[in-house]
Amino acid sequence: MKLLKRISAVFAAAAMALALAGCNNGGSSAPESGNASGGTFRTVDQIKESGEIKIGVFSDKNPFGYVDNEGNYKGYDVYFAERIAKDLGVKLNLMPVEAASRVEFLETAKVDIILANFTVTPERAEKVDFAPAYMKVALGVVSPDSAMIKSVDELKGKTLIVVKGTTAETYFTENVPDVKLQKYDEYNEAYSALQDGRGDAFSTDNTEVLAWAKSNPGFTVGIDSLGSTDAIAPAVTKGNETLLKWLTDEITTLGEEQFFHKNYDETLAAVYGDDETYKENLVVEGGKMD
Amino acid sequence: MGNNFLRLLSGLWVTVRISLISIAFSLVLGTLLGAVMTSRNRVVKVLCRVYLEIVRIMPQLVWLFIVFFGVTRLTGANFGGETSAVIVFTIWGAAEMGDLVRGTFEAIPRHQFESSLSLGLTKPQMYISIIFPQALRNLLPNVINLATRMIKTTALVSIIGVTEVLKVGKQIIDANRFEFPNAAIWVYAAIFFMYFLICFPLSMISRAIVKKQQRSEGE
Repeated sequence: MKLLKRISAVFAAAAMALALAGCNNGGSSAPESGNASGGTFRTVDQIKESGEIKIGVFSDKNPFGYVDNEGNYKGYDVYFAERIAKDLGVKLNLMPVEAASRVEFLETAKVDIILANFTVTPERAEKVDFAPAYMKVALGVVSPDSAMIKSVDELKGKTLIVVKGTTAETYFTENVPDVKLQKYDEYNEAYSALQDGRGDAFSTDNTEVLAWAKSNPGFTVGIDSLGSTDAIAPAVTKGNETLLKWLTDEITTLGEEQFFHKNYDETLAAVYGDDETYKENLVVEGGKMD
Repeated sequence: MGNNFLRLLSGLWVTVRISLISIAFSLVLGTLLGAVMTSRNRVVKVLCRVYLEIVRIMPQLVWLFIVFFGVTRLTGANFGGETSAVIVFTIWGAAEMGDLVRGTFEAIPRHQFESSLSLGLTKPQMYISIIFPQALRNLLPNVINLATRMIKTTALVSIIGVTEVLKVGKQIIDANRFEFPNAAIWVYAAIFFMYFLICFPLSMISRAIVKKQQRSEGE
């Protein structure tokens, strides 16, 4: 029995590692090759021949990828996915994915493209190939109208609410030492703290605070773009050069017709408003980040 | 609110479909496995034990990743989400079921076997008239318990792209998060009620069967 227990322990450890890897956005336990060793990716010609493209999107991240009350996929990512299918001349097959399994879906070629609010990071770029950006995200700071904070200087000596483990926490810890951070585990706790006046302002991704301020009168996003700007881009299976090239060309072409501005108006304006500066803070045309 | 109720029901159907198919497979395979597990052969015993322990210790989430992504990675075989889910829940259900069957048979007192044989019953007669009815009565509550656990665990399958009832609920909450920030409690209440509607009849059925058996034995 003792031996059995030991064997079990080994399996348990392996299982834990795997589970963690899964939660870690695809994880580090993937084979070194990085290529889709099992299911192989499909080239542009193969996709056209099959008459269908499989694109992985979020199904519960309003307003980027979600399912509306009629059961139809909607959102900024979905709007782009529909255009991709149209320009390829194929039927669109949207697959719901979770943040934790996005990389796996590409590595096993279960989808051709991931369009799920996928932030470009060096770790992910080792496992998948990113096309040029179609959106960007930075930090935002929301505060009450009565004591609105419009610049980082105004934050000095004040109490700033952040959520643990977010880029906001890292950014303010490293770059703004004279602000007092008040840390919470969850978003709704942080928002309650802000509403109760336990802190002077709250900072996290600008997309998040902009949407929240819109539905909470009395609060405004005083700083809407702060810190390093992260790119949100479509991703394909590592090594799928034809599809990557097609997507790169597509994004360049779409930039000429200001496609993503139109996408913003159709899908994001209802949440973020028509304000031009907000729009320019989120939308990327032709893959050009600045 | 649009088609939301119908969508929840179709999500519920996915949940029920995966559970029912898995439970059916588990019953058959688990009974066979249970019979094998009562074997006196040490090698067979150890193998069964290792299988059971591995299945019990690994979280179902990990199994879903292994079957849905891992198998494709290693062999190129591409299972759909629902098929993968049924495979995982059958692997799990069969192991648990096998252990239940083994435990039930071993718990039947030896004198039941011995006195049946000394009364002149043949072995098949002994199993059909004496052993199985007793085993079934002890087994049933545990099997129902396993079934309800399996139904609830299917909530994990959204990680491999299968949209079951809980995922539909999350989609509805999210789609309305700006207009109705408090929708969550109502949607979750509806889902709770749906799970209850499936699981409660199961317990009722098992209770009815047990009662009926007790009555017929009392006669």
